[in-house]
Amino acid sequence: MTTTSPFLLETRGLSAWFGNAQAVKPTTLGCAANTVTAIIGPSGCGKSTFLRCLNRLHEEVPGARAQGEVFLENGPVYGPGVDPVAVRRKIGMVFQKPNPFPALSILENTVVGLRLAGVRRKNVLRELAERSLRLAALWDEVKDKLDQPGMSLSGGQQQRLCIARALAVEPRVLLMDEPTSALDPVSTARIEELVTELKKEVTVVIVTHNMQQAARISDRTAFFLLGEVVEFGETSRLFTNPVDPRTERYITGRFG
Amino acid sequence: MSRRYFGDYVFRSYGWRHLQSRVMIGLLAAACGLVLLPLFSILGYVVWQGLPALEPAFFTQLPGSVGEAGGGMANAIVGTLTLVGLALLLGLPWGIALGIYLSEYGRGRFASVVRFSVDMLSSVPSIIIGLFVYAWVVIPMKRFSAVSGGVALALLMLPTVARSTEELLKLVPGHVREAGLALGLPRWKVILRIVVRGSLGAIATGVALALARVAGETAPLLFTAFGNRYWNQGLDQPIASLPVQIFNYAISPYEEWHRQAWGGSLVLIALVLGLNISMRAALRRKGKTGDS
Amino acid sequence: MTLRFRRPEAHAGDLIFSWVLRGAAMGLPALLFSIAFFLFQRAEPAIAKFGWGFFTGSVWDPVQENFGALPAIYGTIVSSFLALLLAAPLSIGTALLLTEVLPRRLASAVGFLVEMLAAVPSVVYGLWGIFVLVPWLRQSLEPALARNLGWIPLFSGPPYGVGMLAAAIILAIMIAPTITSIAREVFRAIPRQQREAALALGATRWETMRLAVLRSGKAGVFGAAILGLGRALGETMAVTMVIGNRPSISASLLEPAQTLSSVLANEYAEAASDLHLAALVEIGLALFAVTFAVNAFARLFLWRRTLGRSAR
Repeated sequence: MTTTSPFLLETRGLSAWFGNAQAVKPTTLGCAANTVTAIIGPSGCGKSTFLRCLNRLHEEVPGARAQGEVFLENGPVYGPGVDPVAVRRKIGMVFQKPNPFPALSILENTVVGLRLAGVRRKNVLRELAERSLRLAALWDEVKDKLDQPGMSLSGGQQQRLCIARALAVEPRVLLMDEPTSALDPVSTARIEELVTELKKEVTVVIVTHNMQQAARISDRTAFFLLGEVVEFGETSRLFTNPVDPRTERYITGRFG
Repeated sequence: MSRRYFGDYVFRSYGWRHLQSRVMIGLLAAACGLVLLPLFSILGYVVWQGLPALEPAFFTQLPGSVGEAGGGMANAIVGTLTLVGLALLLGLPWGIALGIYLSEYGRGRFASVVRFSVDMLSSVPSIIIGLFVYAWVVIPMKRFSAVSGGVALALLMLPTVARSTEELLKLVPGHVREAGLALGLPRWKVILRIVVRGSLGAIATGVALALARVAGETAPLLFTAFGNRYWNQGLDQPIASLPVQIFNYAISPYEEWHRQAWGGSLVLIALVLGLNISMRAALRRKGKTGDS
Repeated sequence: MTLRFRRPEAHAGDLIFSWVLRGAAMGLPALLFSIAFFLFQRAEPAIAKFGWGFFTGSVWDPVQENFGALPAIYGTIVSSFLALLLAAPLSIGTALLLTEVLPRRLASAVGFLVEMLAAVPSVVYGLWGIFVLVPWLRQSLEPALARNLGWIPLFSGPPYGVGMLAAAIILAIMIAPTITSIAREVFRAIPRQQREAALALGATRWETMRLAVLRSGKAGVFGAAILGLGRALGETMAVTMVIGNRPSISASLLEPAQTLSSVLANEYAEAASDLHLAALVEIGLALFAVTFAVNAFARLFLWRRTLGRSAR
């Protein structure tokens, strides 16, 4: 795919409000294709809100709005007449707490996005389900119990099911909002491993409160503080040689 | 770049899906309109038909002779107030005690049996309560009476009072109780003097809501309070009430009585909805409940 | 330095207080039990005379002292289920509109109106039924039904106005607020993350409701419907005033019928013979048993399960 911008996903002056309170100040960032971008910062710094603006989920909260520009493959995400539903199909999302649909089986959970998009044929659904469950490194664990409820899985497995669910509709970008904060260390390690694998398929933007995690899995890192990007750059550089003194204070744990 | 599988299978356009979404939301709004339509129709008719019937005589005089113009429902209005007062007197202590028990001692197996019984009592059809009170009070007394009507209404308000009291007391934070106990007060004093007294206003509104509910009950009065064309002669005698009078007039063949039935309904609805709305407003002002 | 704690003593007052409350609490299961017992005791003559035949006999003749409850049972079941059929979709739709579509303020205003509907006394529904609903049925809806669908036995016969259809409609209006407010609670208890999961997958608003709300709340909504049914089964006054009170079983919904509660309301205060009274109490016993079973089912199995899940 040829693009005029070096970035697959790009924000220009993106800001977000809850009512009159500004949660994200104008932010300009770019994520190159097939990279992992980590967003770190103390809680309440607007990093999750920023993430939720990228797939236009922020605006679903009553009283919330966003301003500025987001481009996906050079297409405006906030342009006039752009359908947020179409945007969300191209930008998948995984949440803090695993949230498979309780009434659906593992298989149904995986293919629910495809169903919405109108894929009806059973064998096609099954094939695509297997593909995304393999991508999410869950296939071997669930292939014999696809008809059991999604809720019957362990927390870590549920989160990988949610990743499979998001991947099934073949998004260009996968947003992850602290995907391991509700999981035990072993499950966390599996998800981290998975993220580096997934880079081949999608561009990942991951919000994390865990700096080690950001350092382990991301290519570039943005440090948010009080709704604003303090520093954005190569992960290795940012963690070893931060430019801004606030970044340094945060990564050395001497903050606040 | 990996092969894209899924694009080949997309059949439903976003336009179609959004149209479907809009149509469905339109249907939901229509459903809501249909649910509310009777409310507006009922309120409209009750005011339109009932208002002309509310002459001064309606509030001061006894019913006229059969089918003739004139007369009023004064005895029924007084009767309903008497019955509600009796229900309050008989049902309140028990209901509040139940509420306190469920909130302060309500753990364990026995408490869940009690809680289930409260739920079940509230779902017993009100006419069955009437039937029970007939056997329990009317037969031993050998006559229909105001007291038996009051007992029936008291039993009906019991679950409502118990549950609203329980919920209100549960809102009192545990540290308030601990603070009282830490002062060395015995538990019963902490509960009565601190926990209950602090919520007294809210409990009173809950009780008023329960009264509003039972004031409109007809079925349990049919064979307890029965009805009376004259003033009540004592609490051991049959007594008129607005709902029963409305019922009797509504199914009668006389124009004049129909007119008065609408008038009675307007008074009853004003009483019930008025109490309801003002109590809800009071509760909300105190911030003791969520929305509506 | 010494700290003095006053040791909590076993106050006599505490003991008395807790036993008084326990007594009040014990009274409640006892009350339910004695309702059942009194009904059973007073129905005894009819039970002894008719046995199970009481529930299958279709003749109700106080003059001949021949009592069969089948028409009333039939009328109760048909009118209640028909009411549920009418009310459930409308109520669930209203609940969805309130929780998922309307902005908060408007939703609480509309929710308030729905609750007002629940506060209108039954006898006022009945009055409105007699003078507004029944004439409309007689003059408009029923002739139209008979004209267009008269070939179906369900809609055949002369338009009386009063009858099964009128009873079902008025019951539907009365149970709609019950179902709506419980369904609303169920939908509210569904976590936001469910809805966001659906939205993030590219679901439209309706698809989000279907996927995240309706499917997750299925059991709770079913419980709400059952509780609505329980209310319809026992409702008395409004039904008595519009059902026409005829002890017969007819295929047509336009024909007059009767229900367990309407028989009681009409005949109990005037019943002369002991057997008639006993038969009426047995009808009450049947009504008590059925509503108890339906409500207990709703609360024990459906309600607790869904609430338990949402509390997690």
